[in-house]
Amino acid sequence: MTTVTQPEGRSFRLSMLIYDSRYRSATIQIVALIGFLLLIGWLVSNTAQNLATLGKSVGFGFLGEPAGYDINQRLLDYDSRDTHARAGLIGLLNTLLVAVAGCVLATIVGVIVGVLRLSNNWLVARLMTVYVEMFRNVPVLLWIVFSMAILIETLPPPSAFRGDEPSASMLVGDSVALTNRGIYVPEPLFGRVDEEGNALSWRQGLGDVHLFGDSWIRFDVSLELIVILATLIAGIMVSGLIKTRADRIQNATGLRPTTWYWRAGVIIVPTAIVLWLMGFYLGKPELRGFNFGGGTHLRNSFIALWLALSLYTAAFIAEIVRGGILAISKGQTEAAAALGIRPRRIMSLVILPQALRVIIPPLISQYLNLTKNSSLAIAVGYMDLTGTLMGITLNQTGRELEAVMMTMLIYLGISLLISAGMNVYNNSVKLKER
Amino acid sequence: MADYSYVRKEMLPEREPPASEVGVIGWLRENLFSGWFNSILTVVSVVLIYLILAAIVPWLWSPTWGAGSLSECRDIVAELGKEHGGACYGVITERWQQLLFGFYPEELRWRPILTFVGLFVALAPVLFTDAFPRKMLWFTGAYLFLAPWLMWGGPIWTPLLVAAGPALGFVAFRFVARAAGTLAGVIAAGLVPILWWLLAVGPVAGAIQSVVPLGIELVESRLFGGFMLSVWIGVVAIAISLVLGVVLALGRQSDLMIVKYLSVGFIEFIRGVPLITLLFVASTLLNIFMPPGTNFDIILRVMIMATLFASAYIAEVVRGGLAALPRGQYEAADALGLDYWKAQRLVILPQALKISIPGIVSTFIGLFKDTTLVSIIGLLDPIGLTGSIRADANWNGIVWELYGFIALLFFLSCFSMSRYSMWLEKKLRTEHR
Amino acid sequence: MKKSVFVGALATAGVIAGAAFAQMDDSDSTLAAVQDAGVLKCGVNSGLTGFAAPDANGRWEGFDVAVCRAVAAAVLSDPEAVEFVPTTPKTRFTALASGEVDLLVRNTTWTLTRDVDLKFTFLGVNYYDGQGFIVPKALGVSSAKELDGATVCIQTGTTTELNLADFFRVNNISYEPVPIETNAEAQQQYLAGACDTYTTDASGLAATRASFENPGDHAILPEIISKEPLGPLVRHGDDEWADIVRWTLNALIAAEEFGITSTNIEELANGTDNPEINRILGTEGTMGEMLGLDAEWAMRAIMAEGNYGEIFEKNIGESTPIGLARGLNAQWTDGGLLYAPPFR
Repeated sequence: MTTVTQPEGRSFRLSMLIYDSRYRSATIQIVALIGFLLLIGWLVSNTAQNLATLGKSVGFGFLGEPAGYDINQRLLDYDSRDTHARAGLIGLLNTLLVAVAGCVLATIVGVIVGVLRLSNNWLVARLMTVYVEMFRNVPVLLWIVFSMAILIETLPPPSAFRGDEPSASMLVGDSVALTNRGIYVPEPLFGRVDEEGNALSWRQGLGDVHLFGDSWIRFDVSLELIVILATLIAGIMVSGLIKTRADRIQNATGLRPTTWYWRAGVIIVPTAIVLWLMGFYLGKPELRGFNFGGGTHLRNSFIALWLALSLYTAAFIAEIVRGGILAISKGQTEAAAALGIRPRRIMSLVILPQALRVIIPPLISQYLNLTKNSSLAIAVGYMDLTGTLMGITLNQTGRELEAVMMTMLIYLGISLLISAGMNVYNNSVKLKER
Repeated sequence: MADYSYVRKEMLPEREPPASEVGVIGWLRENLFSGWFNSILTVVSVVLIYLILAAIVPWLWSPTWGAGSLSECRDIVAELGKEHGGACYGVITERWQQLLFGFYPEELRWRPILTFVGLFVALAPVLFTDAFPRKMLWFTGAYLFLAPWLMWGGPIWTPLLVAAGPALGFVAFRFVARAAGTLAGVIAAGLVPILWWLLAVGPVAGAIQSVVPLGIELVESRLFGGFMLSVWIGVVAIAISLVLGVVLALGRQSDLMIVKYLSVGFIEFIRGVPLITLLFVASTLLNIFMPPGTNFDIILRVMIMATLFASAYIAEVVRGGLAALPRGQYEAADALGLDYWKAQRLVILPQALKISIPGIVSTFIGLFKDTTLVSIIGLLDPIGLTGSIRADANWNGIVWELYGFIALLFFLSCFSMSRYSMWLEKKLRTEHR
Repeated sequence: MKKSVFVGALATAGVIAGAAFAQMDDSDSTLAAVQDAGVLKCGVNSGLTGFAAPDANGRWEGFDVAVCRAVAAAVLSDPEAVEFVPTTPKTRFTALASGEVDLLVRNTTWTLTRDVDLKFTFLGVNYYDGQGFIVPKALGVSSAKELDGATVCIQTGTTTELNLADFFRVNNISYEPVPIETNAEAQQQYLAGACDTYTTDASGLAATRASFENPGDHAILPEIISKEPLGPLVRHGDDEWADIVRWTLNALIAAEEFGITSTNIEELANGTDNPEINRILGTEGTMGEMLGLDAEWAMRAIMAEGNYGEIFEKNIGESTPIGLARGLNAQWTDGGLLYAPPFR
């Protein structure tokens, strides 16, 4: 054992770096650091040497070149003359879109299935077990390919809607079309115009604001959306004021005035007026030429990927939910029952709030998995980040190093953001020990 | 005593429960129709099951095992007069061996089969600690070197010399530790085998082989394919990543700041990016990172990246095992005066690894399923092979039969593994309480 | 003080790095490397009907595959000494650049960027292709310019999507691209009506149509919207190797022109009156020597799978289900573009 009573002024010996526990940890760390730096240096020098042999240089100039290819599913405007950087941005947004939509659906399905697996209905519980085992034990890539094939093979092509006796018809009052090219739903529009573009009435939309000019991060902000959101927020705030007042009255008199119609009214009526003033209407999809035109087109590739990722992840979430519910001791249920709470309310008021603390951390790591799995979009031709930046861009420019590294860093950034969110949540729900 | 009483003296005979509470009806009432909500659920489920089965079963029933091409299948199905067509199993009859073994030479296929069987023998003493003698662990150790030799072939000397590496490391540890302390011993034990493998094994094996030629036919890894490839990538990656993962987990738990941050950085980086990007690194970048002229073939490169990928996940599993150990175990090891390495080796790791086995199995299942992604970079795993098979003019247009066959294979293996993992979890839970 | 530790670590790292370097083979010549290895590593498509696909026994067959075999026969005297490396559109160029394959024959279009910027050498054209469209006859479309607003299936990772974007842009009509990873999936989507038309190289379209249940219901539109000269390629910087592959391909083409087939080649090798045939077959001149091979290199290449015409007929010609006509790929004497430079 080293003693603290070492005589002062004794000369330092090299061997103390290893044998003296005061220095040893520093020695190990410095060796580790040097080893790590050497490894990095080795990789970089190899890369430089290899690139020199191949006659290639590293640079990001290619991002400014025209991409030359088209992307069908996009959230911002884009055409084939736009740059590779813009194409990458479109891909990134597509990744985020499917990730967010997937997380929402996976959570809904997962919670329902997890609860139903505990149902006392024999058939339903078995059915849910079959679902969970089937999805968990088959690779997600196969599910993605499967769901795409099912959509293509079972839904009718647009041509089936054509002719005098079409074999397929649109749903919900001729406003939704399910085809094997995707689903067409009505889109919100403002201010009717005739074919020449002249306004048909004085009620007009406000148009868009273009931000960032012509650069690759340009995007349009719809003024209508801003106005509607502002009206809604104002309505909700007023409604909050009414609630505060009702609370005050209740506290003072013990009687709560009936305010629900007021509260609903201040939100709905102004919004409706604003919508009417801007000439709001729904643009229905209709057959035009080869395809449906108008309306919003949710592509098959998106739907297939979304469904497959959600259902796959939902199977895992169902197990997490089930585990979380089972982790709450039976005493809680019995105590709630003793208080006279009805069974369904016991679940929502007593069990789920406690189970959530167990459920949320693994749930978030499933969200992370879903986001990473969305990179398999390439299998169904959904143009996400892997399909644009690490796909066609890489292939057309031959910039493997830059494209792959950028893609990895972007995914890493998304993952770290999600993990950071999880840490914040974990800290906020940590049992406050007193 | 008067023969009367105010209350009944003998019990009434038990009556049969009402017909609605027992037997099939009672079971149905209790389990399927115990309320309006449950009844609706039951009816919906029954309709759903009927619809799915009605769509699939007629298609599945299709006597086309002998067909030699898709058009022959179509003829057979048309002859039967089936409306919605039927499955074409001829492709499975013709190609199942390819889907299982890839291009592994037919006369040598006993080798992967033997390796596969050996895998279970080697794993048995680890997975079922009670049922098998501990002596079998010797086979497990030998298997680590035997399996690659069986798969790739070549002179017997290479695996023997590679196996000598750990032995040399142990000797080095003994000598150096005696002369210069445990830490130096550990470093020596790490370095000596690596140097041995990198510098000496190749030439020495070549020299011995030229004197005593003894070996089996070499099979190049490009011939690996199909389901065998998925299993092999998964097994190799998990086996190596166990070592790396334990090191990373210890690094992450360590008090040494730099070591800790390096481990955390590596783990979080790997876990933060999708596997497909790592596979792209394997297919497009890894050769650029290596010294000019080195050339691993693509399957080795994929194995390297899969190993790195798995080691980050294993590290997290092992970290969970380390964290689950009661604090008292660490303190007891300290109290016995064991140094860090001895404490880890004799007290902490054996217990931590044991409780990590279910997690390790789940990681393996995940990795095994993820090996399908190698098809995206052009390797001929089962999914990659479907593309090649459909490029054959005879089978152009086949979809469901191939995917269904592959899905079935994956389901069977993953399902049984996950059942094992659940069984073990239950066992560990009872052991610990 | 800690310097010695540092030096020690540096030395260790150096040893490891040195060990790694020791493994590299420093021969610049691909020919020598191939002959040392005794096997030719050839990058091919992982599955394209008629061009490259493994059969049930794992033996690779196809039009591109035959070129690989011919080169192997010329260089290694064994048409079976080929290691086929399946590549995807994305992995093919790295595989070649990194030395994973010695030769890439994967229906790759010869373009300026690939030749110059990606540093490859194209060695001629083994198939003149062009991008076309296939449509169901029921659609009632007779020209690609009538496809305004149509949904178009394309295979990603090729020049196809760039050509398509350009074509619709130039003609000022709109379209909806549906990018798809493999030909098999594209076919499935097209047949189900998920796209109105499928576009890829005309050879691929013909192969695809041949496998349909009712090929007669589908028509290939007359427009060919691009030039797709497909050919073998090697890395920049090894001209000897490039010459060998280039002239092997030329030998296959010239053999057809001069009527050398796999059946009569033995007979012709005894000497003929035509000096060019004699030079090709090595009974006259020292052409093999000039290439660094032996005299019978071209003879072996032709014997491997036959001359260009035989390879064509066997894999993609009119007698096969794919049924491609020679068209542009006929000899120049028959109105095609195949024109082997003289063996002189």
